[in-house]
Amino acid sequence: MTAYLLKRIIIAALTLVLASMVVFAVMEILPGDPARLMLGLNASADQIEMLRNQMGLNTPLVLRYLHWAGGLLSLDFGRSYTYSVPVIELVRERIAVSLPLALIALALSTIIAVPVGVFSASRQGRAGDTLAMGAAQLGVAVPNFWFALMLIYLFAVWLHLVPAGGFPGWGAGIWTALKSLLLPAIALALPQAAILARVARSALIEVLNEDYIRTARAKGLPYRAVLWRHALRNAMIPVLTILGLQFAFLLAGTIIIENVFYLPGLGRLIFQAITQRDLIVVESIVMLLVTAVILINLLVDFSYAIVDPRLRGRQ
Amino acid sequence: MSLLEIENLSLAIGATSILKGIELTVSPGEVVGLVGESGSGKSMTALTIMRLLPRLARADGRITFDGIDILGATEDQMCALRGDDIGMVFQEPMTALNPVKTIGEQVAEGIRWHTRAGRAEAEERARKILDRVGLPEAKFPLSRYPHELSGGQRQRVVIAIACALKPKLLIADEPTTALDVVLQAQILDLLRDLVSENRMGLLLISHDLAVVTEMADRLTILRRGEVTEAGDTARTLSEQQHPYTRELALASMHVPARPKPHLAGSAKPLLEVEGVGRDYPGRRISLFRPAQPIRAVDDVSLTIEPAQSVALVGRSGCGKSTLARMILALDKPTAGTIRFRGDAITGKPESALRPARRDMQVVFQDPYGSFDPRQKVEKLVAEPLHLLEKQPAQAERREMVAHALHEVGLGPRDMDKYPHEFSGGQRQRLSIARAIITRPKLVVADEPVSALDVSIRAQILDLFAELNQKLGIAYLFITHDLTVARAMADEVLVMHEGKIVERGRAAEVLDHPRSEAAQALVAAAPDLHRAIARKMQEQG
Repeated sequence: MTAYLLKRIIIAALTLVLASMVVFAVMEILPGDPARLMLGLNASADQIEMLRNQMGLNTPLVLRYLHWAGGLLSLDFGRSYTYSVPVIELVRERIAVSLPLALIALALSTIIAVPVGVFSASRQGRAGDTLAMGAAQLGVAVPNFWFALMLIYLFAVWLHLVPAGGFPGWGAGIWTALKSLLLPAIALALPQAAILARVARSALIEVLNEDYIRTARAKGLPYRAVLWRHALRNAMIPVLTILGLQFAFLLAGTIIIENVFYLPGLGRLIFQAITQRDLIVVESIVMLLVTAVILINLLVDFSYAIVDPRLRGRQ
Repeated sequence: MSLLEIENLSLAIGATSILKGIELTVSPGEVVGLVGESGSGKSMTALTIMRLLPRLARADGRITFDGIDILGATEDQMCALRGDDIGMVFQEPMTALNPVKTIGEQVAEGIRWHTRAGRAEAEERARKILDRVGLPEAKFPLSRYPHELSGGQRQRVVIAIACALKPKLLIADEPTTALDVVLQAQILDLLRDLVSENRMGLLLISHDLAVVTEMADRLTILRRGEVTEAGDTARTLSEQQHPYTRELALASMHVPARPKPHLAGSAKPLLEVEGVGRDYPGRRISLFRPAQPIRAVDDVSLTIEPAQSVALVGRSGCGKSTLARMILALDKPTAGTIRFRGDAITGKPESALRPARRDMQVVFQDPYGSFDPRQKVEKLVAEPLHLLEKQPAQAERREMVAHALHEVGLGPRDMDKYPHEFSGGQRQRLSIARAIITRPKLVVADEPVSALDVSIRAQILDLFAELNQKLGIAYLFITHDLTVARAMADEVLVMHEGKIVERGRAAEVLDHPRSEAAQALVAAAPDLHRAIARKMQEQG
């Protein structure tokens, strides 16, 4: 078990180092001089040169990489050109919205998808299955912003249960803040749940044809018990893989939903940073997301080992 | 009063009739054998008793177990019976256990479910039954996972699950078919003991007449979903009143006629294996110590003359398949040399191996798994032709395929069919056709008949003998089945833990084994003659 975990951790760390090099290199190659961008069109060559020296842009590439990477390790991402504040502050604010949003959406997606998958698999080919998978098909096909608009119309405009958009900040009280994240989380979760339910269903159907399911039935366990106790855990590996991918997507790929609900999340920040060529912010967020994805994959690897003893090796 | 009574049972899945008018009884303490070839409805009969049938199946007739009408019982009643009063053991031990649960959990689960016992008490009982089936806690703690056990050990766990609550009836569906003969004998002994200890009824399902004869008090023979004959084992098999019974018995003991082929007389051996070894990297126990390699094949030497038939026998895991792979140049030895027709094939690049590959072909065990289901027979059988120096033209290729098919008893029209249109025996014929199309000098056959029914098996053995006769092909049979070795081989090599421990003329080795490993194999091998003789004595 420890050997497996250690190996995964080492691989993750190496991936992270490699990714940071790639991100740094790409930013170097991109056209545009950060100093010129910061000083605007009217700056003189001397001024630019001075700023370049100040920013350390004239030191050798390797040194700059080491400096930058060292900064990352101590959570010093540098300052944003456009906002003139440390990037870490910008990011911290946005993560306070994006991370809870992603987590709620992920939880909702799992809570919806697993029971639907189990329901469908246990009634394979019958009316209930057809109906559930039809709904899932719809969930995959319909874009999430349409769900978002429908949800706003129903719960905010019509029923006045939750605000239609905006985020009051966690300072306004946990319940108030959560309430404003609820609709976006549902809108994000529905298509994800649809995908996950289909994965869960097909994984379960495969497992239900295994010999050990018959052994469990021959023990006298009722079908439902066999399904939940024996089949589900064996079907978890593909489900966990998809969950990992979805979490990474939910963390950064929520820009449309953030726009629909006027949420100050990471997605909008990165969009603004790109349009304003605020390279430091772009670079930092990309690095942050890369780290998040690697960490999530590491977690998924760990969860594989928890689910399947064959991956742990001999104790 | 019978424990299990099946009267006029019929079963249909959709519009297909599976069973017709089955009659069968099992009394307490009695072993009843259910014999038949694949597709005869043996397993379906078992699943009907357990009511674990596919959703579209419809059963008619009457099954009474211990006074309970099985076909009329509710699902709750069936759940109460399954695993408590009726246990079931399945064929495939490698996949019959849930890979993510410990063996303790899996044995204790049924106990807890039926007796409402607490966790500790259920585990205590699980410990006892696992000990009883030969998995003592000191060596096999409850926390073991199935992948940490061998096939025979896993089958013991399955038996423990089935017998944990001392069922009145145990249904064992081909419980030893996937195991080697030594393990088979052990598992059969265990089942026999469990029957006499608890006066349990045992319904033993098998295609192997010898196994059933050794075990069963009474026999029921199934064919195409119908009972052809039933009665006391000794009487049924000694009188063999029904022609099908006779056919089965003859087929199980079939030895093909093998007059000596015309040996070319060349003194040059076809295949020479000298001091060959194969190490596999072992599992690393510590980060800081190099892993101990596992020696799968250890200093093996053998020769095969042209047109000679050699059997390599041994238990599963003894290294015989690894050796075969090296002879076929599919794996590289870590020591020693292999020469084919005088040329070393070890350490040669793939391009230099083409002539050797052309003259050396292989037939695998599983006729279902060794064909691409999406290709037509013509393409499948013609596959080895790319090894020829001169590629045949399309018409010539078809002719060669037709000829090869003819030689294995299939027609030229079979060329345009897909593998799924053939039965198991026919598929094995196809793989033999594929093996002989390049006119090889040596065919390596890895358990070529163990997946086949007895009658088909007899036909395939005849085919092997005929091809040896006609084409002068030499064979290396890899098998744990001594009857194949006896029927087909001139010479027998016994392999044990990577080494050849005994070799000699087939009859010599099989009748008077000297090494311990060979003696164990011979003693454990089921033999229909011996089994019938013993039953005759027992049953008068």
